[in-house]
Amino acid sequence: MFSEFSEEQIRRYARQIIMPEIGGGGQKKLLEAKILVIGAGGLGSPAIQFLAAAGVGKLGIADGDNVEISNLQRQTIHAGNLGMNKAESARVFVEKLNPDVEVEVHPFHINAENVRDVVKKYDIILDCTDNFVSRFLINDACVIEGKPFVHSAVLKFYGEIMSIVPKETACYRCVFRHAPPPGSVPSCQEAGVLGVTTGLFGTLQAAEAIKLILNIGETLTNKMLTVDLLTMEFDIVKLRRNENCPICSGRIREIIPEKYVERCQL
Amino acid sequence: MIRVKFPSAFTSITKERRIEVEADGKTVGELLDILFERYGSTLRERLMKDGELVPFINIFVNGEDIRYLNGLQTELKDGDEVAFIPAVAGG
Repeated sequence: MFSEFSEEQIRRYARQIIMPEIGGGGQKKLLEAKILVIGAGGLGSPAIQFLAAAGVGKLGIADGDNVEISNLQRQTIHAGNLGMNKAESARVFVEKLNPDVEVEVHPFHINAENVRDVVKKYDIILDCTDNFVSRFLINDACVIEGKPFVHSAVLKFYGEIMSIVPKETACYRCVFRHAPPPGSVPSCQEAGVLGVTTGLFGTLQAAEAIKLILNIGETLTNKMLTVDLLTMEFDIVKLRRNENCPICSGRIREIIPEKYVERCQL
Repeated sequence: MIRVKFPSAFTSITKERRIEVEADGKTVGELLDILFERYGSTLRERLMKDGELVPFINIFVNGEDIRYLNGLQTELKDGDEVAFIPAVAGG
C-alpha cells in the first residue's frame, strides 16, 4: 500500500494515514478525487485550504470575481493578491501549500449555460457561492448530472449546511422550493458576516466532501445543520425528499436558462 | 410552554432570539397568530403569502419539518420546540 506514496507524501499525510478511518487506502482515494469548489470567497477559501492540505488530487476552482480589500476579513487565502482573479489567487495559494494537488481554474461565473459542463468533470461539488440564483442552479445541475454536492450558506453569525446525494437524499429544492423575492433576504454585503462564520462553514463543507469521498462516518444527508455563533446553538433538523420536487423527481431534466433569474421557480 | 427559536434573519423584526409562548394544545398556525400579534405584520409578511407558508422558510417542530407532520395544523404540546429555518444565500 505505502509503496504507492513517495517518502514526502508519507510524511505530509502522516496524521491522516495513521487514522484507521483514512489509512493508506483512504489517502489514495483522496489523491484520486476530483472536487469542484464553486466560489472562492468566504466559504470557498477555507474549503480550498483544507481540501488542498488533505491531498485532494484535483481541485477545480470557479470564481469570476477579483480579490478586494473587503474580502480579506474572511478570505485569508487571498492575502497579497489584491486585484487578482479569485480562482487564480486560490491556485497560487494551493500550489504553495501542496504540490500534489492539480488545480483547474475556471476564472468565470458559473451560469445556466456553463454549469453542467463544469460540474460533470468532478466527483463532488461544493456550493460556496453567495446568491440564490447560483444556489438553485448548482443544485439543479448537480442533481441532473448525478453529482453529490455540499450546500452551505451564511449570514452574520448564522449558517446552514446540508449534503445532497442526487436521487437518494433531499436536494436543496426539496427544502426550499424557490428563492425569496430579491431584496427580502439581505446578503452578506448588506447585513455583514463574521469571518469565523464563513471559516466554520467552509471547513465543514470540506469535512463533508472528504467523508463523501472516503465513504466514512455520517454525512449531513437528509439533515441540515444550523449554527448560530451568537448563542453557540448547533441544531440538526431532519430533511426529506419532496416527491413533488421538479428536479429530484426527474420531471425536469434540463437547465432552462430563462428560469434562473430572481426566483428560480420551475 | 412552547419554546420558539428565531433565526438571525428574523431578529431585526423580533429583537429576541429565543422565547417561550403559552401555546400548549394549540396548532402551529395558532402559534403563528400569537407571534404576529406580538411582532406585527412585518413577521406575517415575511412568513405567509395567500394564507400559506412561503416556500423559502421552513418551520420545524422538534426537528421535524411541519410539511411532513400536519402542516400549519400540527398540534403543539408542552415542551415542544419550534424553529424557523429560512433560506439564506451568503457565502
